[in-house]
Amino acid sequence: MADTLRYREDEPVDHPAVTVDAFLDQSNASAVRIEPGDDARELVPHLERLALVEVNFPAFGDGRGYSSARILREAGYDGELRAVGDVLVDQLAYMRRCGFDAFEPDQQLDMDDVEAAFDRWPDVYQKAADTRTPIWAKRHS
Amino acid sequence: MRLLTGNDLKTGAVTWWTGKDWSIHIEEAVDVSGNEDEIARREEAARRVNVPYAVDAEMHDGSPRPSHIKERVRALGPTVRPDLTLKPADPEIGNWVI
Amino acid sequence: MYKYDQYDQAMVDARVEEFRDQARRRLEGKLTEDQFKPLRLMNGLYLQLHAYMLRVAIPYGTLDSRQMHALADIADKYDRGYGHFTTRQNIQYNWIRLEDAADILADLAKVEMHAIQTSGNCIRNISSDHFAGAAADEVVDPRPYAELLRQWSSFHPEFSYLPRKFKIAVIASEKDRAAMRLHDIGINIVKNDAGELGAAFYVGGGMGRTPMIAPCINPFVPLDQLVTYCEACLRVYNRYGRRDNKYKARIKILVHELGAEEYTRQVEEEFAHLLEQGVEPPHDELMRIIRMFEAPNTDQTAPNDIDRSDPDFALWVDRNTVAHKASGYVSAVISLKPVGGIPGDATAKQMHLMADLAKEYSFDELRVMHTQNIVLPHVRKADLHALWTALDEAGLGSPNLDTVEDIIACPGLDYCSLANARSIPIAQRISERFAETGKTGTLGELKLKISGCINACGHHHAGHIGILGVDRKGVENYQLLLGGSEAEDVSLAKITGPGFDENGIVNAVETVTTVYERERQDGERFVDTYRRIGMNPFKEALYG
Repeated sequence: MADTLRYREDEPVDHPAVTVDAFLDQSNASAVRIEPGDDARELVPHLERLALVEVNFPAFGDGRGYSSARILREAGYDGELRAVGDVLVDQLAYMRRCGFDAFEPDQQLDMDDVEAAFDRWPDVYQKAADTRTPIWAKRHS
Repeated sequence: MRLLTGNDLKTGAVTWWTGKDWSIHIEEAVDVSGNEDEIARREEAARRVNVPYAVDAEMHDGSPRPSHIKERVRALGPTVRPDLTLKPADPEIGNWVI
Repeated sequence: MYKYDQYDQAMVDARVEEFRDQARRRLEGKLTEDQFKPLRLMNGLYLQLHAYMLRVAIPYGTLDSRQMHALADIADKYDRGYGHFTTRQNIQYNWIRLEDAADILADLAKVEMHAIQTSGNCIRNISSDHFAGAAADEVVDPRPYAELLRQWSSFHPEFSYLPRKFKIAVIASEKDRAAMRLHDIGINIVKNDAGELGAAFYVGGGMGRTPMIAPCINPFVPLDQLVTYCEACLRVYNRYGRRDNKYKARIKILVHELGAEEYTRQVEEEFAHLLEQGVEPPHDELMRIIRMFEAPNTDQTAPNDIDRSDPDFALWVDRNTVAHKASGYVSAVISLKPVGGIPGDATAKQMHLMADLAKEYSFDELRVMHTQNIVLPHVRKADLHALWTALDEAGLGSPNLDTVEDIIACPGLDYCSLANARSIPIAQRISERFAETGKTGTLGELKLKISGCINACGHHHAGHIGILGVDRKGVENYQLLLGGSEAEDVSLAKITGPGFDENGIVNAVETVTTVYERERQDGERFVDTYRRIGMNPFKEALYG
C-alpha cells in the first residue's frame, strides 16, 4: 500500500467513503467517493455533512475529476478533498490547484519528485481553487 | 517472416532486432517468428528499445523487405528526400519502397 | 508584438526544467512510455515514423526576426537543416533526439518561444488571422485576445486532461483566413450596433473523420468576459465530452449529440456560475496586452505607385500581395510552394533570409499562414521590387498564392506514423502538371488540400478540391473531394466516387479543372461553378 500524502492539519476521517448514490440515500455518512461519471453538484446541498470527498482517477488521463474538485471548492466545501487511484507525480501540481489537499496514489511516489512537482511553478496564469494569486493580479496589484 | 522493430529511446531512430542487438539497418534484421512478444517485453523493460512491435516481411534480394509500405518508408526514410534516407546514393531505392 | 515580462519568462523557463526532469525520469525508467507520452506530447514531442518530431508553437502565427533566426538555428543544430510549417501556425522538426529536446526548449525560451501544448488532449496553440494588424478589413487586431487566451490556457489545471485535443482560433473580420468555424472554438471579434466590441462564439467545428462546421452559440460575449466564457465552454466539455471512444471524443460530437441549443444552455448555466468566481483577468490586463500590439509606424507619404515594367515581378505583385490598412503598404506573401517542392518546408538558410528581409522591409515582423506560407505583413510598395528580387534568388519567389500550386499538404506517409498514404508526392506532381500546362493562372483561386489520412491535417474537407489518401489493401489510393471551403463561405467537400492511384489522381484533378473551364461563367471561381452546377458534370467527366 502506497503512502497517502495529506496537506491538512485536521484528523483524517476514519471510516470508508461510500458511493455518491449511497451517500444521497443515507444520512449518516461523512465520506463519499466520486467516480469520473458522477455529478459533483449532486453533493452541493449536503456539503456541511461531508468531511472527506475522495475523487477517483481510475486512469490518469481521464480529467473529469479536476472539474469535480473545483466545483466542490467553488461551492464552499472545505473538508478533505482526496485524489485516489492512478495519481502520478506529474499531475500533482494541477490537482492541488483544483483544490485537492490529499493524495492516495495506487503506486508509491518518490517524495523528492513530489516535492519538486509542488515547487515547480513560480507563478500561475489562472485563478483556480487554491490560494495562489494569478499573474494577471500581480501585474495589476 | 516476422521482424521486430521499434525506436531507440534516446535518439528516436528506427531500429530492427538483429538477434542480439538493435540496428538501424533492416538488412541485419532476423526472423523472430514465435519469439516476438518475449523479446519485445525484455528489451523494452531494459529500455534498449521504445514501443517495439512485430511486422510481416519477405526476403527480397537476400534481405528482409516489410510487407507494408509504411514499414518500408520507416526502414529507409522519406521518399521525398532521398538525400536524408539511409541510402542516399542508390537511385533504385525508391522502387524498394513503393 | 507581445513581449514577455518576468512572469512569462519564468513560466516558460519552469516548463523547460519540468520537461528536462520528466525526460530524465523516462530515460531512468521511472516513467513508463504510457505515462511519459502525454507529458512529452504536451511539450510537442511526438514519436514519428523516423524519429522524435518536435512541434513548436508560433502563437497566433506572429514572429520577429530574432525568433525566426532561432528557429533556423535549431534546424541546423539539432535537426537536418530544415523545418516544416504546419496548418496550425506551428513549425515541426522531424529528426529530433529525446536527449536534446529539453535543450531545444531552452533555446526557444531564450527567444520567448515554446512548444507548450502543441499536442496532447489539452488546449492547443491559439491560431489567428495571418494578416492581423495589417488587414484593411479587420474590426480590430485579434491577436491581443489570442494572447490573453494563450496565457489562460497555458498549464490550465482543470483542462490539461480533456477527452481530446482542443483548438481555438480568433479572428476579427468578416473574411475568415483562419478556418475559424472548423475549430473546437472559433471566436470572431465583432462590433455591435452600439459600436461596442464583443466576441461571437462558434463551438464544435472540426475536420478529422467527422467534419463539422461550428454553430454560433453566442453572437456577442462582452470582451471583459471572454476568459470566463471559454472556461464555461471547456468545463461542460471536460465533464460531458465522450471518453468511451477516442473517435467520438472531440467537442463537435458532444455539441452534435446534445444539440447546439442544449450545449449552449449548459454553457450559459456554467457561465453564470463562473462569473461569480472571479476567473476573468482585469480590463487593465487586456489593455496591457493591446498596447504591445501597436500598429507599425508606417510612413504616411509612402508612394502607392509600383513600377510594373518587369513582368515576372508584376505577376508576383498581383498574386502574392494583399491590401494593407496603411496607404503605400501591402502584406507580401512568401510562397513555400515552389513547383515540385515540399509544401511548407523551409531550409535554415531560407529561414535566415526571411528573417533578414522581415527586419529590413517589414518592421521586424513575420507571420505563419495556416496555408503553410510566410507573410511579411507591413511592406512598403516601394520596397517590393527589392524584396522580390531577394526572394526569387533564394527560390522563395513563386507567384502562386491561392492558386492550384498553393497546395496544403500534411507530411503524409513520408513522415507521419498515422498516415495511410503519401501526400507530398501528390502535391509535387500536381504543381508540376499545372506549371507544365500553364493553367495555373487561368484557373484563378483554387484551393487544393491533401491529407494522407482521415485525421485531415491537410484540411481535405475544406478544399475547393480535396484529396484524401487511403490504404487499399496495402496500396496507396487517393479519393477526390470537391466543394469545400474553410473561409467565410465555409462548406464541407463531398467525395466524387471511387479513388485513384498516384497518376490517376493527378489526371483526375486536371479533369475536374477542365470541367470548370468549360462551365464557368464570368468571375466564377472553381468552387462557385461547382456550387452552381453540382457534382454530376464532374462525375461524368471522371467516371463517365
